[in-house]
Amino acid sequence: MNGFDWNAAGDALPLLLEGFRVTLLATVLGTLVAAVLGLAVAVAGRAPSRFVTVPVRAVTEFVRSTPLLVQLVGAAALFTSVEPLTIGIVVLGIHYAAYTSEVYRAGIDSVPKGQWEACRALSLGPRRTWQAVILPQAVRNVLPALGNYAISMFKETPFLAVITVQEMVFEARKYGADHFAYTEAFTLAGLVFLVASYPTSLLMRKLEKRLGH
Amino acid sequence: MSDFFSAFFDELPQVRSGLWVTLEATVLGALAALLLSFVLGLMSISRLLVLRGTSRVVVEFFRGTSLYIQLFWLYYAMPTLTGYQLDPLLCGVVAFGLNYGAYGAEVVRGAIGSVPRGQYEAAVALNMSPLHRMRKVVLPQAWVQMIPSFTNLLIQLLKCTPLLWLISAADLMTVVQQLRDRTGETLTAYLTLLAVYFVLAYALTLLMNLLERGAKRRLGLPTGAGSLLRSRSATEAVASVPGGAR
Repeated sequence: MNGFDWNAAGDALPLLLEGFRVTLLATVLGTLVAAVLGLAVAVAGRAPSRFVTVPVRAVTEFVRSTPLLVQLVGAAALFTSVEPLTIGIVVLGIHYAAYTSEVYRAGIDSVPKGQWEACRALSLGPRRTWQAVILPQAVRNVLPALGNYAISMFKETPFLAVITVQEMVFEARKYGADHFAYTEAFTLAGLVFLVASYPTSLLMRKLEKRLGH
Repeated sequence: MSDFFSAFFDELPQVRSGLWVTLEATVLGALAALLLSFVLGLMSISRLLVLRGTSRVVVEFFRGTSLYIQLFWLYYAMPTLTGYQLDPLLCGVVAFGLNYGAYGAEVVRGAIGSVPRGQYEAAVALNMSPLHRMRKVVLPQAWVQMIPSFTNLLIQLLKCTPLLWLISAADLMTVVQQLRDRTGETLTAYLTLLAVYFVLAYALTLLMNLLERGAKRRLGLPTGAGSLLRSRSATEAVASVPGGAR
């Protein structure tokens, strides 16, 4: 019908950037949950008992193979009294923890066996072994991969709009519906994603090179 | 039997048609993505700067702007801009194809780059034409490398199909949500839905593992018995592609 309305775009931008703060908040907190929970899952996956490792594997596999959107909508429908943003952050965190735990696992596996043996020879307890020897080496190797998952989580935050979190895409949809200016609102929102995620991914590539991957 | 399951079995034809929409979107979207991956991937190793540059820009554009936005743009913005409204399912197929095609292009590029230099040189020494060399020597070897990453992308694509619910294509999620609204059994409904997606993801993984086995056999590589049911590795996609899979 009509082309791109620059006035509408100018109108929508402040609203979108307002929403973008929520998007960033969800990404940062979601990444934090995923980083901590993923590590816990990876360490639990190396527990001596099968009663721990098998259920942990099964749950991660299930979470990893099922859609984030269904998990989000389901969680929001079940916990109606919880704030949508909180649900969003927790579900994003859990979903991505299923991925990051695999990354940590690979990182832990890449620590040479001699390091474990040295810990035993020095009779370090399990806590000291993990904290002072294994994890510092494992985590360093997985940082770029974790960063990449953070970027991909960032690009999936629009799913939160479905459970009425007022992040950027929620604002874009609202503006689009109110002013019948979907073109401007969605184009801008897409560009904001591009402008934010492309430099970050370049940064991750650099980090990868520096860590010698 | 609970209300939800009796409703589920009463409305089996509807459930089946929802399942069909989901599968259609997954398979057609994946085929579109596969095609685009090869086009963009081959362009990115071209000697011509124009082709390389175009491929780079297209890949970064569709990777960088979220899939969700691409889908909504096609569904809401394109009709006002062009006056042409796509069918919701087609919107899904196009958006999935573009987004995952961009990710897949990186997989293709990485896999072709990983074929040892000597293989090219040998093909040149045997006086093969560039096309012949690509088709008979490079691609069969690169293909084996691509499959695990493609499996990961395929499952991710499947996991994005519930987005169709938002643009009112009657996919599996839409149907199950309707049953849930009718019966009020939230937990059962969503757990069932998750379970169905889990089974679909496993079935697709199994098919892709079969494909990988066939590709390896053609190259005379060991196929590793009993590996068919193994799950996907989350780290494989990240590790095998330079610059990460994201």
